[in-house]
Amino acid sequence: MNVIEATGLGKRYGNTWALHDCAVAIPEGHVTALVGPNGAGKTTLLNLAVGLALPTAGTVTVLGGWPAGSPTALDGIAFVAQDMPLYQSLSAAEMFHLTRNLNRHFDQRFAEARLNELGIPLGRTASKMSGGQQAQLALTLALARRPHLLVLDEPMAMLDPLARHDFMATVLAAVADDGVSVILSSHVLAELERAADYLVLLSHGGVQVAGEVEGLLSTHRVLTGPATEADRYAERLNVVHSQRAQAQVHLLVRLNGTMDPVPPGWEAHPVGLEELTLAYLREPDAMALPGPMRDKDSTPTGVTTWPH
Amino acid sequence: MATLTARSAHDMTLRPVPWRRMAWVTWRQHRLALAGVIMLFGAAAAYLLVTGLQMYSDYAAVTACSPAASATCQKVANDFLNMYAPGVGVTFALLQLIPPLIGAFVGAPLLAREFETGTFRFAWTQGFGRTRWSLAKLVPLAVVVTVAAGAFTLLVSWYVAPINGAGDENGPLYPTIFDLQGVALAAWTLAAFAIGVLAGVLIRRVIPAMFATIAAWAGLAFVTGLYLRPHYLAPLVTASDQSVAHGDWVMSRVWTQGGQLVGLNMLNNALAPVDVRAITPEEFQPGPATPPNFGDPAQYLIQHGFTHLTTYQPASRFWTFQWIEGGWLLILALLLIATTIWLVRRRAI
Repeated sequence: MNVIEATGLGKRYGNTWALHDCAVAIPEGHVTALVGPNGAGKTTLLNLAVGLALPTAGTVTVLGGWPAGSPTALDGIAFVAQDMPLYQSLSAAEMFHLTRNLNRHFDQRFAEARLNELGIPLGRTASKMSGGQQAQLALTLALARRPHLLVLDEPMAMLDPLARHDFMATVLAAVADDGVSVILSSHVLAELERAADYLVLLSHGGVQVAGEVEGLLSTHRVLTGPATEADRYAERLNVVHSQRAQAQVHLLVRLNGTMDPVPPGWEAHPVGLEELTLAYLREPDAMALPGPMRDKDSTPTGVTTWPH
Repeated sequence: MATLTARSAHDMTLRPVPWRRMAWVTWRQHRLALAGVIMLFGAAAAYLLVTGLQMYSDYAAVTACSPAASATCQKVANDFLNMYAPGVGVTFALLQLIPPLIGAFVGAPLLAREFETGTFRFAWTQGFGRTRWSLAKLVPLAVVVTVAAGAFTLLVSWYVAPINGAGDENGPLYPTIFDLQGVALAAWTLAAFAIGVLAGVLIRRVIPAMFATIAAWAGLAFVTGLYLRPHYLAPLVTASDQSVAHGDWVMSRVWTQGGQLVGLNMLNNALAPVDVRAITPEEFQPGPATPPNFGDPAQYLIQHGFTHLTTYQPASRFWTFQWIEGGWLLILALLLIATTIWLVRRRAI
């Protein structure tokens, strides 16, 4: 089952396409990092998936084929929006009561136990909570609904490092306990790297990379060798990105099935998720997607895109 | 396609979260606004009660006077009106603010605050569903403000009775009296509330939506009073001043001659032989050469070939006008609320 599946998905605001011809299928059972620079369309994609926004073109279904925003979709997806909107005048207990009334399921015992652990008094109003506490309350409300899919839009943008750690710990505990699928968006990959096992990289309103993190890491390598030989090898290898450092060059390559032999005089290193992501972000025309590839007309000099 | 159909069918059978669950949500989130409504009506009602009881104790002298047509009783009634009518006029002018205040403070923030604080992204992604969520907030609040205004109308009718009874020149169709009575106040309150919620969903910011609500209400009330209400039924035109009863709503009085409108100059020319000057078409001032036993200048003009035409709406049309105004305002309010719900459904972010 795919928790989110989009085909030809587009969303236009005025004359600008925030998302254009976007095709992505995120399977269940993953913690998915949705990354990309600001303005790449992350929030738009999430808003479309939770049914807040309506697509200008294409379709998006959730939880194995339900239309986004349909009763079943609303029932099975918990969404924590950017900046964690909460009713500021309501206490935590009242937010529990409110959320319980608005949903078919609400695990009151879990919710109260969570706030107890975090040391947040039930009677405290949201306006009197720190950013970290508000984030934890918003997350608790979402998890207490026992969703199949938890969608978090830039959940850690407002949090200090300690609060980020606590927040992610809560998310991962829910994944371990309930097997909930999670999608988190961020423009800072570093904060998701530890938790995510599936990556969707958005840039310029389209999906550039999508796949399991393990698979992506095992099919990419950094080759380091003399700069003079770079062009010769670049023609044989699927180079995503090349970076010259004086006489040396670092090539991030996508392996073609089996591990190609490392050319003499070159060194191969495994690649980190952040390094991989940055490389793709620097080369918007390079793609790594499951399934059939789309054609790209132009390729940057010295860079070969993954097979046409 | 088959799977999609099956899924839709299942989706329909998914038991929705019961409506009654929204009762607490609506109450908790709008209890301040409701308290404001109660305080507004409560304060106005207390004022009407206190001053009304005082007025009624003085009115007893007017009703006790007999025979009512006698000069003594006319003086008692006039003294009563002189004492109370101006105050009632000011009070009724202030009571006009009830619909716009409710529209601005209850209607406008209802959705605008959710947009302004971003909490609509929380509310609309819960299992209840955004359409039902909006209905469960809009409908009860609309009913409460309408019923409260309707109940308040009863007090207004009680309050205005002595003034009408003593023969105040402003009858029940007078603009600031008409729209506080019958079904009009309730209908105006509901319409202002509906204007408020629509402004909130369109503008998405609380304060601008409040101002837009007041402006839209003012425009609608102005246009209604000036252009619509006088034409709910074709006004009556009469050449006989006697057929205009006390309390009828006189819209215009003109002098004509041979079917042509007559201006002040022509009236003055006609009145020159008796040295009477027309200050306005209705006010005349005798000069030094006016015969001492000269009667009514209006009668003199009528005898000299002028016609005095009065265009008016008889006071007996009060309830017909109330139902017409109440009816179209109700339809307008329902259309505005339906548009609001449609925008909530369709106008995504």
